[in-house]
Amino acid sequence: MMGSRTVPLRTLAHGRAGDKGNRSNVSVIARRPEYWDLLVAQVTEAAVAAVFAHREPSRVARYVLPNLHAMNFVLDDALDGGVNDSLNLDSHGKSLAFLVLDLAVEVPEDFKQTTGGDP
Amino acid sequence: MARQPLLIGCGAGFSGDRIDAADPVVTTLAENGGPACLMLETLAERTLALAQLRRREDPEAGYEPMLDALVAPILAECLGSGIRIVSNFGAANPEAAAWRIDEIAHLQGFPNPRIAVVTGDDLSGPEHHELLARYLHTSRVPVSANAYLGAEAIAEAWDAGAEVIVTGRVADPSLAVGPAMAHFGWDAGDWDRLGRATMAGHLLECGAQVTGGYFADPGFNDVPDLANVGFPIAKISEDGSCVIGKAKHTGGCVTLATVKEQLLYEVHDPAAYLTPDVTADITHAHVTQVGPDHVALSDVRGHERPATLKVTAFYEGGWLAEGGISYAGPGAEARARLAAEILVKRLPELALRIDLIGVVSVLADDHGRLISKAPIGDARDVRLRVAARHHDREAAERLAQEVTALYTCGPAGGGGVRTAIRQRLSTASCFVPREAVQARFDWVQ
Repeated sequence: MMGSRTVPLRTLAHGRAGDKGNRSNVSVIARRPEYWDLLVAQVTEAAVAAVFAHREPSRVARYVLPNLHAMNFVLDDALDGGVNDSLNLDSHGKSLAFLVLDLAVEVPEDFKQTTGGDP
Repeated sequence: MARQPLLIGCGAGFSGDRIDAADPVVTTLAENGGPACLMLETLAERTLALAQLRRREDPEAGYEPMLDALVAPILAECLGSGIRIVSNFGAANPEAAAWRIDEIAHLQGFPNPRIAVVTGDDLSGPEHHELLARYLHTSRVPVSANAYLGAEAIAEAWDAGAEVIVTGRVADPSLAVGPAMAHFGWDAGDWDRLGRATMAGHLLECGAQVTGGYFADPGFNDVPDLANVGFPIAKISEDGSCVIGKAKHTGGCVTLATVKEQLLYEVHDPAAYLTPDVTADITHAHVTQVGPDHVALSDVRGHERPATLKVTAFYEGGWLAEGGISYAGPGAEARARLAAEILVKRLPELALRIDLIGVVSVLADDHGRLISKAPIGDARDVRLRVAARHHDREAAERLAQEVTALYTCGPAGGGGVRTAIRQRLSTASCFVPREAVQARFDWVQ
Protein backbone atom coordinates (compact mmCIF):
# COMPACT_ATOMS: atom_id res chain seq x y z
CA MET A 1 0.00 0.00 0.00
CA MET A 2 1.33 3.37 -1.01
CA GLY A 3 0.69 6.29 1.31
CA SER A 4 0.03 9.86 0.31
CA ARG A 5 1.11 13.32 1.38
CA THR A 6 0.07 16.86 0.58
CA VAL A 7 1.94 19.61 -1.25
CA PRO A 8 0.91 23.21 -1.89
CA LEU A 9 -0.73 23.69 -5.29
CA ARG A 10 2.04 26.17 -6.12
CA THR A 11 4.50 23.29 -6.57
CA LEU A 12 2.28 21.74 -9.27
CA ALA A 13 0.74 24.80 -10.91
CA HIS A 14 1.14 28.49 -11.56
CA GLY A 15 -1.58 31.06 -12.10
CA ARG A 16 -2.63 34.68 -12.31
CA ALA A 17 -5.58 36.69 -11.06
CA GLY A 18 -7.43 39.26 -13.13
CA ASP A 19 -10.39 41.53 -12.43
CA LYS A 20 -13.27 43.08 -14.28
CA GLY A 21 -15.67 45.03 -12.12
CA ASN A 22 -16.62 42.93 -9.09
CA ARG A 23 -15.60 39.68 -10.76
CA SER A 24 -12.24 38.00 -10.29
CA ASN A 25 -10.71 35.27 -12.40
CA VAL A 26 -7.84 33.06 -11.33
CA SER A 27 -6.06 30.73 -13.73
CA VAL A 28 -4.50 27.49 -12.50
CA ILE A 29 -2.04 26.05 -15.03
CA ALA A 30 -0.27 22.70 -14.64
CA ARG A 31 3.50 22.99 -14.58
CA ARG A 32 3.67 19.61 -16.37
CA PRO A 33 1.08 17.67 -18.38
CA GLU A 34 1.39 14.72 -15.99
CA TYR A 35 -0.02 16.83 -13.14
CA TRP A 36 -3.18 17.64 -15.07
CA ASP A 37 -5.48 14.78 -14.01
CA LEU A 38 -4.58 15.27 -10.38
CA LEU A 39 -5.41 18.99 -10.59
CA VAL A 40 -8.72 18.42 -12.35
CA ALA A 41 -9.71 15.93 -9.66
CA GLN A 42 -8.73 18.05 -6.67
CA VAL A 43 -8.80 21.75 -7.61
CA THR A 44 -12.56 21.87 -7.91
CA GLU A 45 -15.13 24.64 -7.73
CA ALA A 46 -15.89 23.56 -4.16
CA ALA A 47 -12.22 23.65 -3.14
CA VAL A 48 -11.73 27.15 -4.57
CA ALA A 49 -15.05 28.40 -3.16
CA ALA A 50 -13.86 27.25 0.28
CA VAL A 51 -10.70 29.38 0.21
CA PHE A 52 -12.79 32.39 -0.84
CA ALA A 53 -15.54 31.79 1.76
CA HIS A 54 -14.79 35.09 3.55
CA ARG A 55 -15.31 36.98 0.26
CA GLU A 56 -18.77 35.40 -0.11
CA PRO A 57 -18.73 35.09 -3.91
CA SER A 58 -22.23 34.69 -5.37
CA ARG A 59 -20.96 32.09 -7.85
CA VAL A 60 -17.76 30.15 -8.49
CA ALA A 61 -17.38 28.61 -11.95
CA ARG A 62 -14.54 26.48 -13.30
CA TYR A 63 -13.71 26.34 -17.00
CA VAL A 64 -11.38 23.55 -18.10
CA LEU A 65 -8.97 23.90 -21.03
CA PRO A 66 -7.36 20.46 -21.53
CA ASN A 67 -5.30 21.60 -24.55
CA LEU A 68 -3.55 24.13 -22.35
CA HIS A 69 -3.57 22.02 -19.17
CA ALA A 70 -5.22 25.04 -17.63
CA MET A 71 -8.32 25.86 -15.61
CA ASN A 72 -9.99 29.22 -15.23
CA PHE A 73 -11.91 30.02 -12.07
CA VAL A 74 -14.42 32.86 -12.25
CA LEU A 75 -15.62 34.30 -8.95
CA ASP A 76 -18.62 36.61 -9.11
CA ASP A 77 -18.98 39.40 -6.51
CA ALA A 78 -15.70 38.46 -4.84
CA LEU A 79 -13.92 41.84 -4.87
CA ASP A 80 -15.90 43.93 -2.35
CA GLY A 81 -17.28 45.98 -5.24
CA GLY A 82 -14.16 45.98 -7.43
CA VAL A 83 -11.29 48.34 -8.06
CA ASN A 84 -13.23 51.58 -7.58
CA ASP A 85 -15.29 50.53 -4.58
CA SER A 86 -13.21 48.15 -2.49
CA LEU A 87 -11.33 49.44 0.56
CA ASN A 88 -8.67 46.76 0.12
CA LEU A 89 -5.10 47.96 -0.47
CA ASP A 90 -5.17 45.50 -3.37
CA SER A 91 -8.53 46.57 -4.76
CA HIS A 92 -7.90 44.68 -8.02
CA GLY A 93 -7.47 41.41 -6.12
CA LYS A 94 -4.19 40.81 -7.93
CA SER A 95 -2.76 38.91 -4.96
CA LEU A 96 -5.62 36.41 -4.93
CA ALA A 97 -3.93 33.90 -7.25
CA PHE A 98 -1.63 33.06 -4.35
CA LEU A 99 -4.59 32.32 -2.09
CA VAL A 100 -5.56 29.60 -4.56
CA LEU A 101 -1.96 28.43 -5.09
CA ASP A 102 -1.77 27.73 -1.34
CA LEU A 103 -4.41 24.97 -1.58
CA ALA A 104 -3.21 21.59 -0.30
CA VAL A 105 -3.10 18.91 -2.98
CA GLU A 106 -2.78 15.24 -2.16
CA VAL A 107 -0.06 13.37 -4.05
CA PRO A 108 1.31 9.79 -3.81
CA GLU A 109 4.12 9.32 -1.28
CA ASP A 110 6.70 8.73 -4.00
CA PHE A 111 5.53 11.68 -6.13
CA LYS A 112 8.41 13.56 -7.74
CA GLN A 113 7.72 17.23 -8.16
CA THR A 114 9.52 19.74 -10.29
CA THR A 115 9.31 23.47 -10.40
CA GLY A 116 9.44 25.82 -13.33
CA GLY A 117 7.08 25.94 -16.26
CA ASP A 118 6.56 23.43 -19.02
CA PRO A 119 9.86 22.15 -20.35
CA MET B 1 -0.86 37.57 -53.38
CA ALA B 2 -0.49 36.73 -49.72
CA ARG B 3 0.43 39.74 -47.66
CA GLN B 4 3.61 39.75 -45.62
CA PRO B 5 3.14 39.11 -41.89
CA LEU B 6 2.50 42.17 -39.74
CA LEU B 7 4.68 42.78 -36.70
CA ILE B 8 2.96 44.49 -33.78
CA GLY B 9 5.12 45.51 -30.86
CA CYS B 10 3.73 46.68 -27.54
CA GLY B 11 5.60 49.55 -25.88
CA ALA B 12 3.32 50.20 -22.91
CA GLY B 13 0.76 48.05 -21.11
CA PHE B 14 -0.80 50.66 -18.83
CA SER B 15 -0.56 54.30 -17.84
CA GLY B 16 2.43 54.20 -15.55
CA ASP B 17 4.38 51.57 -17.44
CA ARG B 18 8.15 51.94 -17.99
CA ILE B 19 8.81 54.77 -20.38
CA ASP B 20 12.05 53.19 -21.64
CA ALA B 21 10.31 49.96 -22.68
CA ALA B 22 9.26 51.01 -26.18
CA ASP B 23 12.74 51.88 -27.43
CA PRO B 24 14.09 48.29 -27.77
CA VAL B 25 10.77 47.26 -29.33
CA VAL B 26 11.05 49.96 -31.99
CA THR B 27 14.71 49.11 -32.64
CA THR B 28 13.81 45.45 -33.14
CA LEU B 29 10.93 46.32 -35.49
CA ALA B 30 13.16 48.68 -37.50
CA GLU B 31 15.97 46.10 -37.82
CA ASN B 32 13.49 43.48 -38.94
CA GLY B 33 12.03 45.71 -41.66
CA GLY B 34 8.65 44.94 -43.22
CA PRO B 35 5.20 46.14 -42.16
CA ALA B 36 5.11 46.99 -38.47
CA CYS B 37 3.32 48.96 -35.83
CA LEU B 38 3.89 50.00 -32.25
CA MET B 39 0.94 49.68 -29.90
CA LEU B 40 0.84 51.69 -26.69
CA GLU B 41 -1.96 50.75 -24.29
CA THR B 42 -2.23 53.35 -21.55
CA LEU B 43 -5.89 53.55 -20.61
CA ALA B 44 -7.32 51.59 -17.70
CA GLU B 45 -10.95 52.19 -16.69
CA ARG B 46 -10.19 54.58 -13.90
CA THR B 47 -7.40 56.32 -15.84
CA LEU B 48 -9.99 57.68 -18.25
CA ALA B 49 -12.26 59.07 -15.54
CA LEU B 50 -9.29 60.89 -13.98
CA ALA B 51 -8.41 62.24 -17.43
CA GLN B 52 -11.96 63.56 -17.82
CA LEU B 53 -11.58 65.40 -14.51
CA ARG B 54 -8.31 66.98 -15.70
CA ARG B 55 -9.93 68.08 -18.96
CA ARG B 56 -12.71 69.81 -17.03
CA GLU B 57 -10.07 71.97 -15.35
CA ASP B 58 -8.01 72.55 -18.49
CA PRO B 59 -9.54 72.09 -21.96
CA GLU B 60 -6.05 71.43 -23.40
CA ALA B 61 -5.44 68.54 -20.95
CA GLY B 62 -7.06 65.15 -20.51
CA TYR B 63 -4.70 62.99 -22.55
CA GLU B 64 -2.03 60.66 -21.19
CA PRO B 65 0.15 62.79 -18.85
CA MET B 66 3.30 60.89 -19.88
CA LEU B 67 2.63 61.39 -23.60
CA ASP B 68 5.80 63.39 -24.26
CA ALA B 69 7.97 60.95 -22.33
CA LEU B 70 6.47 57.98 -24.17
CA VAL B 71 6.48 59.42 -27.67
CA ALA B 72 9.43 61.80 -27.97
CA PRO B 73 12.16 59.11 -27.74
CA ILE B 74 10.66 56.87 -30.44
CA LEU B 75 8.67 59.12 -32.77
CA ALA B 76 11.49 59.95 -35.19
CA GLU B 77 12.55 56.33 -35.58
CA CYS B 78 8.93 55.23 -36.11
CA LEU B 79 8.19 57.92 -38.70
CA GLY B 80 11.55 57.36 -40.41
CA SER B 81 11.21 53.56 -40.54
CA GLY B 82 7.53 53.33 -41.45
CA ILE B 83 6.53 51.90 -38.07
CA ARG B 84 3.04 53.14 -37.41
CA ILE B 85 1.93 54.05 -33.88
CA VAL B 86 -1.51 53.07 -32.57
CA SER B 87 -2.48 54.11 -29.07
CA ASN B 88 -5.36 54.97 -26.77
CA PHE B 89 -3.19 57.64 -25.12
CA GLY B 90 -5.70 60.21 -26.33
CA ALA B 91 -7.75 59.29 -23.22
CA ALA B 92 -10.32 62.05 -22.63
CA ASN B 93 -8.85 64.39 -25.25
CA PRO B 94 -7.50 62.53 -28.31
CA GLU B 95 -7.43 65.65 -30.45
CA ALA B 96 -5.19 67.53 -28.02
CA ALA B 97 -2.89 64.50 -27.84
CA ALA B 98 -2.69 64.44 -31.63
CA TRP B 99 -1.82 68.16 -31.74
CA ARG B 100 0.92 67.57 -29.20
CA ILE B 101 2.37 64.69 -31.25
CA ASP B 102 2.24 66.92 -34.31
CA GLU B 103 4.31 69.52 -32.42
CA ILE B 104 6.85 66.92 -31.32
CA ALA B 105 7.14 65.63 -34.90
CA HIS B 106 7.78 69.19 -36.19
CA LEU B 107 10.49 69.71 -33.57
CA GLN B 108 12.11 66.44 -34.68
CA GLY B 109 12.15 67.43 -38.34
CA PHE B 110 9.00 65.75 -39.63
CA PRO B 111 6.84 68.60 -40.96
CA ASN B 112 3.89 66.58 -42.27
CA PRO B 113 3.16 63.51 -40.15
CA ARG B 114 -0.15 61.85 -40.99
CA ILE B 115 -1.93 61.74 -37.65
CA ALA B 116 -5.46 60.37 -37.34
CA VAL B 117 -7.80 60.83 -34.40
CA VAL B 118 -10.49 58.27 -33.63
CA THR B 119 -13.52 59.66 -31.82
CA GLY B 120 -17.05 58.71 -30.93
CA ASP B 121 -16.39 56.92 -27.65
CA ASP B 122 -17.01 59.94 -25.42
CA LEU B 123 -20.61 59.97 -24.21
CA SER B 124 -19.99 62.42 -21.36
CA GLY B 125 -21.73 65.41 -22.92
CA PRO B 126 -25.30 66.52 -22.14
CA GLU B 127 -26.51 65.29 -25.54
CA HIS B 128 -25.91 61.72 -24.35
CA HIS B 129 -27.53 61.98 -20.91
CA GLU B 130 -30.84 60.64 -22.12
CA LEU B 131 -29.19 57.57 -23.64
CA LEU B 132 -27.25 56.90 -20.44
CA ALA B 133 -30.31 57.41 -18.28
CA ARG B 134 -32.21 54.86 -20.35
CA TYR B 135 -29.56 52.13 -20.16
CA LEU B 136 -28.03 52.84 -16.76
CA HIS B 137 -31.40 53.38 -15.11
CA THR B 138 -30.31 56.51 -13.27
CA SER B 139 -30.73 60.22 -13.84
CA ARG B 140 -27.46 61.04 -12.04
CA VAL B 141 -25.11 63.10 -14.19
CA PRO B 142 -21.84 61.20 -14.69
CA VAL B 143 -18.31 62.62 -14.46
CA SER B 144 -17.60 60.69 -17.64
CA ALA B 145 -19.07 58.00 -19.83
CA ASN B 146 -17.26 56.24 -22.65
CA ALA B 147 -18.20 53.46 -25.02
CA TYR B 148 -15.66 50.78 -25.88
CA LEU B 149 -15.08 51.22 -29.61
CA GLY B 150 -13.81 48.42 -31.82
CA ALA B 151 -11.20 48.13 -34.55
CA GLU B 152 -13.05 49.49 -37.57
CA ALA B 153 -12.25 53.21 -37.33
CA ILE B 154 -8.60 52.31 -36.58
CA ALA B 155 -8.55 50.09 -39.68
CA GLU B 156 -10.02 52.88 -41.81
CA ALA B 157 -7.36 55.31 -40.59
CA TRP B 158 -4.63 52.73 -41.32
CA ASP B 159 -6.04 52.16 -44.82
CA ALA B 160 -5.98 55.90 -45.41
CA GLY B 161 -2.26 55.94 -44.59
CA ALA B 162 -2.17 57.19 -41.02
CA GLU B 163 1.29 57.06 -39.45
CA VAL B 164 -0.01 57.74 -35.94
CA ILE B 165 -3.52 56.76 -34.80
CA VAL B 166 -4.70 58.36 -31.58
CA THR B 167 -7.79 57.01 -29.84
CA GLY B 168 -9.68 57.43 -26.61
CA ARG B 169 -11.55 54.43 -25.26
CA VAL B 170 -11.34 51.41 -27.52
CA ALA B 171 -11.29 47.77 -26.44
CA ASP B 172 -7.60 47.08 -25.74
CA PRO B 173 -7.20 44.20 -28.24
CA SER B 174 -8.75 46.36 -30.97
CA LEU B 175 -5.52 48.40 -30.98
CA ALA B 176 -3.97 45.32 -32.64
CA VAL B 177 -7.03 44.10 -34.53
CA GLY B 178 -7.46 47.39 -36.42
CA PRO B 179 -3.98 47.36 -38.00
CA ALA B 180 -4.22 43.63 -38.83
CA MET B 181 -7.68 44.04 -40.35
CA ALA B 182 -6.49 46.85 -42.61
CA HIS B 183 -3.11 45.31 -43.46
CA PHE B 184 -4.61 41.97 -44.56
CA GLY B 185 -7.87 43.38 -45.90
CA TRP B 186 -10.12 41.26 -43.67
CA ASP B 187 -13.88 41.77 -43.65
CA ALA B 188 -15.56 42.96 -40.49
CA GLY B 189 -17.45 39.64 -40.47
CA ASP B 190 -14.43 37.34 -40.77
CA TRP B 191 -14.95 36.04 -37.26
CA ASP B 192 -12.16 33.44 -37.12
CA ARG B 193 -9.45 35.87 -38.26
CA LEU B 194 -10.77 38.64 -36.02
CA GLY B 195 -10.90 36.17 -33.10
CA ARG B 196 -7.28 35.17 -33.65
CA ALA B 197 -6.04 38.76 -33.96
CA THR B 198 -8.07 39.66 -30.87
CA MET B 199 -6.22 37.09 -28.81
CA ALA B 200 -2.91 38.32 -30.25
CA GLY B 201 -3.91 41.81 -29.11
CA HIS B 202 -4.96 40.39 -25.76
CA LEU B 203 -1.51 38.82 -25.30
CA LEU B 204 0.16 42.14 -26.21
CA GLU B 205 -2.03 44.61 -24.35
CA CYS B 206 -0.41 44.27 -20.92
CA GLY B 207 3.14 44.66 -22.17
CA ALA B 208 5.61 42.62 -20.13
CA GLN B 209 2.88 40.45 -18.61
CA VAL B 210 3.44 37.98 -21.48
CA THR B 211 7.25 38.16 -21.49
CA GLY B 212 8.02 37.11 -17.93
CA GLY B 213 6.81 40.22 -16.14
CA TYR B 214 4.23 39.50 -13.46
CA PHE B 215 5.33 35.85 -13.61
CA ALA B 216 8.51 35.59 -11.55
CA ASP B 217 8.19 33.64 -8.31
CA PRO B 218 11.70 32.84 -7.05
CA GLY B 219 12.43 29.13 -6.89
CA PHE B 220 9.21 28.36 -8.75
CA ASN B 221 9.10 30.62 -11.81
CA ASP B 222 12.57 32.04 -12.37
CA VAL B 223 12.89 34.74 -15.01
CA PRO B 224 16.24 35.96 -16.40
CA ASP B 225 17.13 39.66 -16.08
CA LEU B 226 13.66 40.74 -14.98
CA ALA B 227 14.98 44.26 -14.29
CA ASN B 228 15.33 44.69 -18.05
CA VAL B 229 12.28 42.73 -19.08
CA GLY B 230 11.66 43.06 -22.82
CA PHE B 231 8.27 43.99 -24.18
CA PRO B 232 6.41 41.73 -26.61
CA ILE B 233 6.29 41.66 -30.38
CA ALA B 234 3.64 39.58 -32.16
CA LYS B 235 4.09 38.38 -35.71
CA ILE B 236 0.58 38.15 -37.14
CA SER B 237 -0.03 35.97 -40.19
CA GLU B 238 -2.65 36.37 -42.89
CA ASP B 239 -4.93 33.84 -41.11
CA GLY B 240 -4.73 35.87 -37.89
CA SER B 241 -2.63 33.37 -35.95
CA CYS B 242 0.46 34.75 -34.24
CA VAL B 243 3.88 34.05 -32.80
CA ILE B 244 4.76 36.01 -29.67
CA GLY B 245 8.36 37.09 -29.25
CA LYS B 246 10.03 40.05 -27.57
CA ALA B 247 12.42 42.93 -28.17
CA LYS B 248 16.05 41.96 -28.85
CA HIS B 249 18.76 42.32 -26.19
CA THR B 250 16.33 42.47 -23.28
CA GLY B 251 15.54 40.33 -20.25
CA GLY B 252 12.48 38.29 -19.49
CA CYS B 253 11.29 35.19 -21.34
CA VAL B 254 8.49 34.00 -23.59
CA THR B 255 7.51 30.44 -22.65
CA LEU B 256 4.39 28.28 -22.76
CA ALA B 257 3.81 29.20 -19.13
CA THR B 258 4.05 32.99 -19.59
CA VAL B 259 1.80 32.88 -22.67
CA LYS B 260 -0.83 30.67 -21.02
CA GLU B 261 -1.03 32.95 -17.98
CA GLN B 262 -1.61 36.02 -20.09
CA LEU B 263 -3.98 34.21 -22.44
CA LEU B 264 -6.35 33.60 -19.51
CA TYR B 265 -5.78 36.98 -17.84
CA GLU B 266 -9.11 38.76 -17.28
CA VAL B 267 -10.90 36.09 -19.33
CA HIS B 268 -14.16 34.69 -18.01
CA ASP B 269 -15.79 32.09 -20.28
CA PRO B 270 -12.93 30.93 -22.56
CA ALA B 271 -15.49 30.13 -25.28
CA ALA B 272 -16.77 33.71 -25.32
CA TYR B 273 -14.23 36.48 -24.85
CA LEU B 274 -16.34 39.45 -25.86
CA THR B 275 -15.01 42.53 -27.62
CA PRO B 276 -16.70 45.04 -29.94
CA ASP B 277 -15.11 43.18 -32.88
CA VAL B 278 -15.82 39.52 -32.24
CA THR B 279 -16.63 36.80 -29.73
CA ALA B 280 -13.27 35.03 -29.45
CA ASP B 281 -13.09 31.38 -28.43
CA ILE B 282 -9.91 29.81 -27.00
CA THR B 283 -11.39 26.45 -25.99
CA HIS B 284 -9.51 24.71 -28.83
CA ALA B 285 -6.39 26.90 -28.70
CA HIS B 286 -2.88 25.47 -28.69
CA VAL B 287 0.40 27.07 -27.71
CA THR B 288 3.70 25.80 -29.11
CA GLN B 289 7.27 26.81 -28.31
CA VAL B 290 8.65 27.42 -31.81
CA GLY B 291 12.04 28.80 -30.78
CA PRO B 292 13.81 30.44 -27.85
CA ASP B 293 11.46 33.17 -26.55
CA HIS B 294 9.00 32.48 -29.36
CA VAL B 295 5.60 30.91 -28.74
CA ALA B 296 2.91 30.32 -31.38
CA LEU B 297 -0.80 30.64 -30.59
CA SER B 298 -3.04 28.64 -32.93
CA ASP B 299 -6.56 27.23 -33.25
CA VAL B 300 -8.33 30.26 -31.81
CA ARG B 301 -11.83 30.61 -33.24
CA GLY B 302 -14.22 33.50 -33.57
CA HIS B 303 -17.98 33.88 -33.50
CA GLU B 304 -20.30 36.75 -34.29
CA ARG B 305 -19.62 39.98 -32.39
CA PRO B 306 -22.03 41.21 -29.69
CA ALA B 307 -24.93 43.35 -30.92
CA THR B 308 -24.23 46.00 -28.29
CA LEU B 309 -21.28 48.09 -27.11
CA LYS B 310 -20.20 48.34 -23.50
CA VAL B 311 -20.34 51.75 -21.87
CA THR B 312 -18.71 52.57 -18.55
CA ALA B 313 -19.77 55.67 -16.65
CA PHE B 314 -18.11 57.23 -13.61
CA TYR B 315 -19.91 59.15 -10.89
CA GLU B 316 -18.67 61.21 -8.00
CA GLY B 317 -18.47 58.72 -5.16
CA GLY B 318 -17.63 60.71 -2.04
CA TRP B 319 -14.31 60.39 -0.24
CA LEU B 320 -11.85 57.65 0.65
CA ALA B 321 -9.76 58.12 3.79
CA GLU B 322 -6.83 55.94 4.74
CA GLY B 323 -4.40 55.91 7.64
CA GLY B 324 -1.55 53.75 8.84
CA ILE B 325 0.66 53.37 11.92
CA SER B 326 3.40 50.84 12.67
CA TYR B 327 4.20 48.77 15.77
CA ALA B 328 7.30 46.64 16.18
CA GLY B 329 9.09 44.42 18.66
CA PRO B 330 7.56 42.36 21.48
CA GLY B 331 3.77 42.71 21.72
CA ALA B 332 3.56 44.56 18.41
CA GLU B 333 0.52 42.63 17.21
CA ALA B 334 -1.38 43.13 20.50
CA ARG B 335 -0.68 46.86 20.40
CA ALA B 336 -1.79 47.14 16.76
CA ARG B 337 -4.99 45.25 17.57
CA LEU B 338 -5.66 47.57 20.53
CA ALA B 339 -5.14 50.62 18.29
CA ALA B 340 -7.70 49.18 15.85
CA GLU B 341 -10.23 48.70 18.65
CA ILE B 342 -9.75 52.32 19.71
CA LEU B 343 -10.37 53.60 16.19
CA VAL B 344 -13.54 51.51 15.84
CA LYS B 345 -14.81 52.94 19.15
CA ARG B 346 -14.00 56.54 18.28
CA LEU B 347 -15.30 56.50 14.69
CA PRO B 348 -18.78 54.98 14.99
CA GLU B 349 -20.01 56.90 11.95
CA LEU B 350 -17.50 55.16 9.65
CA ALA B 351 -17.48 51.51 8.55
CA LEU B 352 -13.76 50.87 8.98
CA ARG B 353 -11.75 48.37 7.07
CA ILE B 354 -8.93 47.07 9.28
CA ASP B 355 -5.69 45.55 7.97
CA LEU B 356 -2.91 44.20 10.14
CA ILE B 357 -0.09 44.23 7.63
CA GLY B 358 2.29 41.44 8.58
CA VAL B 359 -0.57 39.38 10.01
CA VAL B 360 -3.50 39.51 7.61
CA SER B 361 -4.31 42.17 5.02
CA VAL B 362 -4.80 42.02 1.24
CA LEU B 363 -6.21 38.49 1.12
CA ALA B 364 -8.91 39.50 3.64
CA ASP B 365 -12.22 41.29 3.02
CA ASP B 366 -13.81 44.68 3.68
CA HIS B 367 -16.26 43.23 6.20
CA GLY B 368 -13.60 41.90 8.57
CA ARG B 369 -14.72 38.28 8.29
CA LEU B 370 -11.24 36.84 7.79
CA ILE B 371 -9.49 39.03 10.35
CA SER B 372 -12.08 38.16 12.99
CA LYS B 373 -11.14 34.48 12.54
CA ALA B 374 -7.38 35.00 12.37
CA PRO B 375 -5.77 33.57 15.52
CA ILE B 376 -4.22 36.23 17.73
CA GLY B 377 -0.50 35.77 17.34
CA ASP B 378 2.70 37.46 18.33
CA ALA B 379 3.80 39.17 15.11
CA ARG B 380 6.63 41.55 15.87
CA ASP B 381 6.41 43.96 12.94
CA VAL B 382 2.87 45.06 12.19
CA ARG B 383 1.42 48.01 10.36
CA LEU B 384 -2.16 48.86 11.20
CA ARG B 385 -3.95 50.24 8.17
CA VAL B 386 -7.51 51.51 8.27
CA ALA B 387 -9.71 52.77 5.45
CA ALA B 388 -13.24 54.07 5.10
CA ARG B 389 -15.45 55.90 2.65
CA HIS B 390 -18.00 58.62 3.30
CA HIS B 391 -20.02 60.94 1.09
CA ASP B 392 -19.00 63.87 3.28
CA ARG B 393 -15.38 65.03 3.21
CA GLU B 394 -15.32 66.19 6.82
CA ALA B 395 -16.55 62.85 8.08
CA ALA B 396 -13.87 61.06 6.05
CA GLU B 397 -11.18 63.41 7.40
CA ARG B 398 -12.04 62.34 10.94
CA LEU B 399 -10.32 59.03 10.18
CA ALA B 400 -7.05 60.78 9.38
CA GLN B 401 -7.30 62.85 12.57
CA GLU B 402 -7.96 59.83 14.78
CA VAL B 403 -5.09 57.80 13.33
CA THR B 404 -2.74 60.76 13.83
CA ALA B 405 -3.90 61.17 17.45
CA LEU B 406 -2.72 57.61 18.18
CA TYR B 407 0.78 59.13 18.39
CA THR B 408 0.11 60.38 21.91
CA CYS B 409 -3.25 58.88 22.92
CA GLY B 410 -2.78 55.31 21.68
CA PRO B 411 -0.85 52.19 22.59
CA ALA B 412 2.89 52.35 23.20
CA GLY B 413 5.46 52.62 20.47
CA GLY B 414 3.26 53.54 17.51
CA GLY B 415 5.19 55.34 14.78
CA GLY B 416 5.20 56.33 11.16
CA VAL B 417 1.69 57.69 10.77
CA ARG B 418 0.67 58.40 7.19
CA THR B 419 -2.78 59.49 6.17
CA ALA B 420 -4.40 60.26 2.84
CA ILE B 421 -7.76 61.39 1.62
CA ARG B 422 -8.94 61.34 -1.96
CA GLN B 423 -12.02 61.71 -4.07
CA ARG B 424 -13.69 58.47 -5.05
CA LEU B 425 -15.27 57.64 -8.37
CA SER B 426 -17.91 54.98 -8.55
CA THR B 427 -18.73 53.17 -11.77
CA ALA B 428 -21.68 51.74 -13.59
CA SER B 429 -21.66 49.83 -16.88
CA CYS B 430 -24.32 49.09 -19.44
CA PHE B 431 -24.68 47.90 -23.00
CA VAL B 432 -26.08 50.22 -25.66
CA PRO B 433 -27.10 49.50 -29.26
CA ARG B 434 -24.20 49.96 -31.71
CA GLU B 435 -26.23 52.54 -33.64
CA ALA B 436 -26.12 54.89 -30.63
CA VAL B 437 -22.34 55.29 -31.01
CA GLN B 438 -20.73 56.89 -34.07
CA ALA B 439 -17.05 55.95 -34.35
CA ARG B 440 -15.01 57.84 -36.95
CA PHE B 441 -11.54 59.09 -37.70
CA ASP B 442 -10.35 62.54 -38.76
CA TRP B 443 -7.01 63.97 -39.75
CA VAL B 444 -5.29 66.42 -37.50
CA GLN B 445 -4.39 68.66 -40.41
